[in-house]
Amino acid sequence: MEQINHETMAIELKQITKTFGSVVANNKIDLSVKQGEILALLGENGSGKTTLMNMLSGIYRPDSGSIFINGAPVTINSPEDSIRLGVGMIHQHFKLVEALTATDNILLGSREKGIFLHKKRSEKIREISERFGLEVDPEKKIYQMSVSEKQTVEILKVLYRKADILILDEPTAVLTPQETTRLFEILRRMKQEGCAVIIITHKLNEVLEISDRVTILRKGESVATVTTAETNARELTELMVGRPVELAIHHLKTDFHENLLEVHHLSVADEEGFETLKDVSFDLNRGEILGVAGVAGSGQKELCEAIAGLLPLKKGAILYHNEDLAGKSPNEIIKMGISMSFIPEDRLGMGLAASMGMVDNMLLKKYNEGKGPFVSKKKARELAKKLVKQLDIVTPSVDTPVRRLSGGNVQKVLLGREIESEPNVLITAYAVRGLDINSSYTIYDLLNEQKKKGVGVLFIGEDLDVMLELCDRIMVLCHGKITGIVNAKEVTKEELGLLMTDASGKGGDAHEV
Amino acid sequence: MIINFLFAAIKAGTPLLFGTSGEIMSEKSGNINLGVEGMMFMGAFMGFYAAYHTGSLALALLAAFAIGVFAALIYAVLTVSFMANQNVTGLTLTIFGTGVAKFFGEMMISKSGGSPKLSERFLASISEKPIPVLGDIPLLGKLLFSHNPLVYLSVIIAIICTIYMLKTRHGLNMRAVGENPGAADAAGVNVTLVKYVHILLGGGICALGGAYLSLINGGGIWNNSSVVNGQGWISVALVIFASWNPAKAIFGSLVFGAFSVLQFYVPKNIIVIPNAFYVMLPFIITTLVLIISSMRKSREGSQPAGCGVNYFREER
Amino acid sequence: MKYKIQVVKKAEVSLSKNLLLSLLAIVSALLAGGIFILAIGHNPLNIYGSIVQGAWRSPIAIKGTIKIAIPLLIASLGITPAFQMKFWNIGAEGQIIMGGIFATYFALFFDHLPHGLLLLLMFIAGMLGGGLWGLIPAYFKTKFGTNETLFTLMLNYIALYLIKYFTEGPWRDPASSGFPKIASFAKNARLDQVLGLHAGWVIGLLLVVLVFIYLNFTKRGYEIKVVGESTNTARYAGMNVKKIVMRTMFLSGAICGIAGMTQVSGAAFTLGEGVAGGVGFTAIIVAWLAKLNPVIILIVTVLFSMLEKGCSVMQSSFGLSTAVSSILQGIILFFILAFDFFTRYRFVLRKSTN
Repeated sequence: MEQINHETMAIELKQITKTFGSVVANNKIDLSVKQGEILALLGENGSGKTTLMNMLSGIYRPDSGSIFINGAPVTINSPEDSIRLGVGMIHQHFKLVEALTATDNILLGSREKGIFLHKKRSEKIREISERFGLEVDPEKKIYQMSVSEKQTVEILKVLYRKADILILDEPTAVLTPQETTRLFEILRRMKQEGCAVIIITHKLNEVLEISDRVTILRKGESVATVTTAETNARELTELMVGRPVELAIHHLKTDFHENLLEVHHLSVADEEGFETLKDVSFDLNRGEILGVAGVAGSGQKELCEAIAGLLPLKKGAILYHNEDLAGKSPNEIIKMGISMSFIPEDRLGMGLAASMGMVDNMLLKKYNEGKGPFVSKKKARELAKKLVKQLDIVTPSVDTPVRRLSGGNVQKVLLGREIESEPNVLITAYAVRGLDINSSYTIYDLLNEQKKKGVGVLFIGEDLDVMLELCDRIMVLCHGKITGIVNAKEVTKEELGLLMTDASGKGGDAHEV
Repeated sequence: MIINFLFAAIKAGTPLLFGTSGEIMSEKSGNINLGVEGMMFMGAFMGFYAAYHTGSLALALLAAFAIGVFAALIYAVLTVSFMANQNVTGLTLTIFGTGVAKFFGEMMISKSGGSPKLSERFLASISEKPIPVLGDIPLLGKLLFSHNPLVYLSVIIAIICTIYMLKTRHGLNMRAVGENPGAADAAGVNVTLVKYVHILLGGGICALGGAYLSLINGGGIWNNSSVVNGQGWISVALVIFASWNPAKAIFGSLVFGAFSVLQFYVPKNIIVIPNAFYVMLPFIITTLVLIISSMRKSREGSQPAGCGVNYFREER
Repeated sequence: MKYKIQVVKKAEVSLSKNLLLSLLAIVSALLAGGIFILAIGHNPLNIYGSIVQGAWRSPIAIKGTIKIAIPLLIASLGITPAFQMKFWNIGAEGQIIMGGIFATYFALFFDHLPHGLLLLLMFIAGMLGGGLWGLIPAYFKTKFGTNETLFTLMLNYIALYLIKYFTEGPWRDPASSGFPKIASFAKNARLDQVLGLHAGWVIGLLLVVLVFIYLNFTKRGYEIKVVGESTNTARYAGMNVKKIVMRTMFLSGAICGIAGMTQVSGAAFTLGEGVAGGVGFTAIIVAWLAKLNPVIILIVTVLFSMLEKGCSVMQSSFGLSTAVSSILQGIILFFILAFDFFTRYRFVLRKSTN
């Protein structure tokens, strides 16, 4: 402990409080990072990590509390102030101007002298990127870039400004394991150069791998700060959740052996003609949970939407009890008497109408029922009230706009409505994203219940540990192709990781398993 | 004949070029200002009023510019600081600006006891005369170098705006604000300041177009009812036609100007097209441009992505 | 130590507070308008008094006010379904005009038909004209994503010059020697009077009820709201988004077209370039102010019309230009726009070092 006193604190936050309306996002939080140190900021979704960091980057301003940078008290009123103080933040949702080139994004807002932009400005950026071993074409427009390229631009932006305090918000969520390793190398290098690094994450293995110390937030409060070398995953989880957690997910055995859905040679192309799904074939059985793993953007979204009838197919067939659903709209699928439910990734932007209350949202797929031109809300109101009771949904009333509910409650409204329609096939995309651990487990239980009833569940997931426990089989997608369909009992996380990056080395070519 | 036609086209296109350059400045920083018509109207009155009383062209332009900045300030305060709906605010500004110009215009008429007329000396200062040497070039001299001074001003402003937008640091910041204010903000650009500056500048430039209409097109006499007469709206159309690039607007204003005077130059015995279609053409062409650019789905040359949406940093 | 003003988002505001804010906005607007009136050398109370009086003092004045209100009301109602769908239709002006042109066609060339049938034809034609003018941008929006704000704006002017074409060309009244104009409609093609005023007001009031019911209680209204929320949600729910957008825009344009029809056959008895006269633009402001609620639209329309009618007496009583109406309208709207901010945000004062 004496050591700390001799070193300069790059950042010190004291008693920071921030509220949004009536919600307290951060309550009297203390946090500090030394120069040449990597601090992991750990916490469940909604624990206030991003809010806290946004006060360092100038996006939000604290209601009370003080911030010290390199020992001096500062007020950060805007991102401008923050940048001037040497803070660089890489946001989870990249802050890049899509229509501009990488170079112009990096130069944006810079305080350099001179009125005119340099003709050869791209060269300078190229030099810097080469020096740090980063690959990016400085003249490429952002909208033509992949996610990892975009992240590289964000990192370059920070390096270009010579920031000595670096904040990264869930940087690895969009990266392959290899890209993650590369990112961590860069972070270690910055650490050696004396930078202070804060990395926001909820992945415990990464915390243990990269950080020197960990600060844990829970429900907007700082519960502990521990030295990474002296802790373990179990302790961190307990601190994060606030109680000992039974990490095992109940795995259910069912006995149906009946084929429900067959997908044959499915291909989907986007507007520019690029194939986002390539020749995908698999089947889904009754009473099984089929996991779909893959790096973000490998075609998961397209797969769900294609099956749900929301995307036009380029080729292929989707057979449900030998009836082809290919080319059918959601409406036609409903009319065929096939009960399929889809829980999309974008809950408020696709699964629900955000400004409508629960009652109106219950009507979403049923408003057309009944004769005559008028909508009947009676049944919907009853259903909404029933769901509130059954799933403990916290809402002021069944007519409150659903966008005002918390993430967990929004998901319960959506999942509740879909399960009530008694589907035979249930497709869930990132069902627990953004939920705290309690809500997540409620969702797993609901899915298992459906499985018991004989429903075939397609589970698009991101946490491999969860998928290994919950799913019966796991299908891995990479660049829109299936790189393997494996039995969840007989595979390791590492093997899955290799499939996700398609380490077979054939540059994304699929191989049958 | 053709030279005369093109010469007239340039003259007719000039007020549009002012209006369009001004509106591009505003839209490129993310604010669609549908008050162009109103700002032009105010500029028309103010320019005329100052010219009438001072007899100085510089003061007339300055006054017009200033009133345009003032009108745009109302818009900027409401949309940037108070985050009001941009379309509604712009339309209101058109109603307000038209009202203000007509109201004071009428007052000016009743005070002068008839129609106020600009002095001969002033009219001489804005008359068309060839630039020495350049004006003597055959054909081109007449076409390009024998205009009234405001024509040159409009082209210079359009060129400066283009260079500013595409080649300077501040121009880059402004384009970024118009496309994605959140990203610009995170990069340390003062979004509010950038928006204010460009909305105000844009308003001033638009108002110069109004001054052109009252000083040049009006022939030295104030006409309360038909000074601006939709030119502001045509300028908004020209922004699309010029794909948000003032340099392209120079050409565009020539095309639009050509259509508006075409009816006087087409030999009526050979080609019989109703007059109404000539004035309609710019709008039809603009619509086609709008459709074609949306078909190509190009990001370049289309409306800035952040246009019409107000920015609030703490939006969650 | 400096202080800085900062903007903070509010939790949702209650209805009563909202009303209070609106009231406060209007009071401040009237105060600001009063300052303007003082500045031009008049007594604000006198002026305001005579505006109200000018609008309501006699049956003729009242009729005048309502006459102004009719097209504004109908057009505002027309815009509402489109805006509810977040389709920024600022083409009401053109849709009114097209309604007028289509209706005029029947008025001019089918005036031998029985009165009732002719009016019905004109009514349907008006809806068709406006509806088609709304359908065009909707088609391109759904097909290519063409920006509807700019598209509908352009269509306004194309429609306006179409009137010019008909006036100077095929429909020109041969009897008028000087300025080209379209002949006055035969008695047969004129809208009937109800209680001493053309029947447009009955149509307008009926539409208030119909639009209210359509948007709030029907399946189609529900679809419009969902599409307005998110087209992805609508697709997810199995809705045919393209069809809904086109149908709604046809409807939106058709209602505006009715405004055009009532104008030509009830008010002007002919088609002139002033048939819409900016009503289509004012209607956008009215619809927005009323937060797309048909009943509030009715109230706002009456207030707007009162201001306009009342100001028309300014000239005779005070020697003031009628443009005062536009200025006052502008000032009042600016204040309401500014006060709307306080229903969503508030200012706080914060200390700021360095």
